[in-house]
Amino acid sequence: MTHNERVWPGDDATRLPYWIYSDPDIYQREMSRIFRGSIWAYAAIEAEIPEPGDFRVTRIGDRSVIVIRDEHGVIRAFVNRCAHRGVKVCRQQRGNTRFFVCPYHQWSYDAQGRLKGVPFIKGVKQLGGMPDDFRREDHGLPALAVAVRNGVVFVSFHESPPPFPEYLGETNLRYFDRVFDGRKLRLLGYSRQLIPGNWKLMFENIKDPYHASLLHVFLVTFGLFRADQKSQVRMDATGMHALLISQRGEAGKSTDTADISNLREDFTLEDPRLLDPVREYSDDATVVMQTIWPNLIVQQQSNTLALRQLQPRGPESFELHWTFFGYEDDDETMTRRRLRQANLMSSAGLVSADDSEVIKLAQDGTREHPEDAGVLLMGGRDTEDVPHMVTEAAIRAFYVRYREVMEL
Amino acid sequence: MSAAIDVATQHELEQLHSRYAALLDDGPLAQWPELFTEECLYLLIPRDNHELDLPLAIMRCESRGMLRDRVRAVEQTVMHEPRYLRHHITNATAVWADGELHGVAHYSVLEVLPDALPRVLSCGRYVDRVVRCDDGRLRYAERRCIYDSVLVPNTIVYPV
Ligand code: FES
Ligand SMILES: [Fe+2]
Repeated sequence: MTHNERVWPGDDATRLPYWIYSDPDIYQREMSRIFRGSIWAYAAIEAEIPEPGDFRVTRIGDRSVIVIRDEHGVIRAFVNRCAHRGVKVCRQQRGNTRFFVCPYHQWSYDAQGRLKGVPFIKGVKQLGGMPDDFRREDHGLPALAVAVRNGVVFVSFHESPPPFPEYLGETNLRYFDRVFDGRKLRLLGYSRQLIPGNWKLMFENIKDPYHASLLHVFLVTFGLFRADQKSQVRMDATGMHALLISQRGEAGKSTDTADISNLREDFTLEDPRLLDPVREYSDDATVVMQTIWPNLIVQQQSNTLALRQLQPRGPESFELHWTFFGYEDDDETMTRRRLRQANLMSSAGLVSADDSEVIKLAQDGTREHPEDAGVLLMGGRDTEDVPHMVTEAAIRAFYVRYREVMEL
Repeated sequence: MSAAIDVATQHELEQLHSRYAALLDDGPLAQWPELFTEECLYLLIPRDNHELDLPLAIMRCESRGMLRDRVRAVEQTVMHEPRYLRHHITNATAVWADGELHGVAHYSVLEVLPDALPRVLSCGRYVDRVVRCDDGRLRYAERRCIYDSVLVPNTIVYPV
């Protein structure tokens, strides 16, 4: 069956057809309409490429992209694919260079992606060579648009994406700037995992505060995220981006945790240094999870800060690429704290493990029933901001937008 | 200054690694932290972070207490599919330096999920500091698990 025959049940997003997680045609449509649409996709942080010539290879959608700081200090991005015969030009994940040389026939490209050298362009002993009308300018590495906001690099395959602030919208920009406030970032490290599920399941998960206070026994046990805490769910005008904002409460039992059957009341930490959060922003929020369409989650969970990038790898799998960071002005104690709290969130995280495991189970369950649909009715049918966590409004908002973009 | 270890110590070290593997693979997991000193350091580090001198570890336990917390959290709070793990620890070498054993060993961990073929969950090397404790036993004062398999197949739930 192709997407043309796929019919979304109902005219809103309260039903989620299961074919969206495994249909290869839908996936191809997502790659072109969403990931190569009029969007800004997260690519890197500036702190990874501080010097001229520093580069990093990333993936936008399912395409390999080189992000580099050129000799003038300008950040550029281009497709990692030789203009000659399609070979991946750069095999490293990162490095520093003035030229990229394709291994096959050694065409070489500069830090702006321009084709500089073509061996035997004039032939050898008057034999062979490129035709007279061959122009190197026509065969560079295709460039992507680049937007840098307070140390974070976004790129776009689209010719004319909206200005970045406009793309995020006022509220989401404000929260983005709350973490990326202009201070220099300090890179702490990476964590990578290949999750056997559709990439949208990860977005759903982060836009879903309903599960957070039920699935994550560790969070609940230590009062890090609970249904009875002061919290809000906020979207941008389009529904693309969302914010889950919450304030840490007390550990242990309360009347509102009665539904949480597996709360471990008697669990206390032998070494409490694992969790010694300190307030570091001017507001009271202790958790802010921001989802930025189409490939980024900005995580502030207490003092652990991370950018989680989604790299789809076919309909049924994606890489979750974590970049942990702090600020250059963090003292040693703060850096230590961030590193310890990372025990909760990574490819071996005590909390995030629940999510990657449940995403696999969601993929396993939905794959077998593409014709069925899930129910998204928690908190009603609408997609408005709400001052609580017992809602699936942000997932609905995401899929309302998704349906528009995908014409489904 | 470092000095070679004798055959008896080599054997004892390999016994420690074997016990480590047995406790993680067949349990009881609660006894696994006892192979470490009170003030130990246990890190699970992607090789690229290690080579780039980036401090992030995906598991970081800075005491035996934190190891116990990790074990209890895994057993009581983390939702995960049941799985079998099998450690293979080889090429163990060590030298004496400053009254401690400085060791390296290679490892791989096979993982079997209920409905799937076995796969390599993690492979890499252990970089250890091992000390002789007052009770006469060798224990890990420090174990850095530096893994080559930087792209983790889904999730690492149990210590490596
Ligand atoms: S494919 Fe790159 S030079 Fe030929
Ligand atoms: Fe979650």
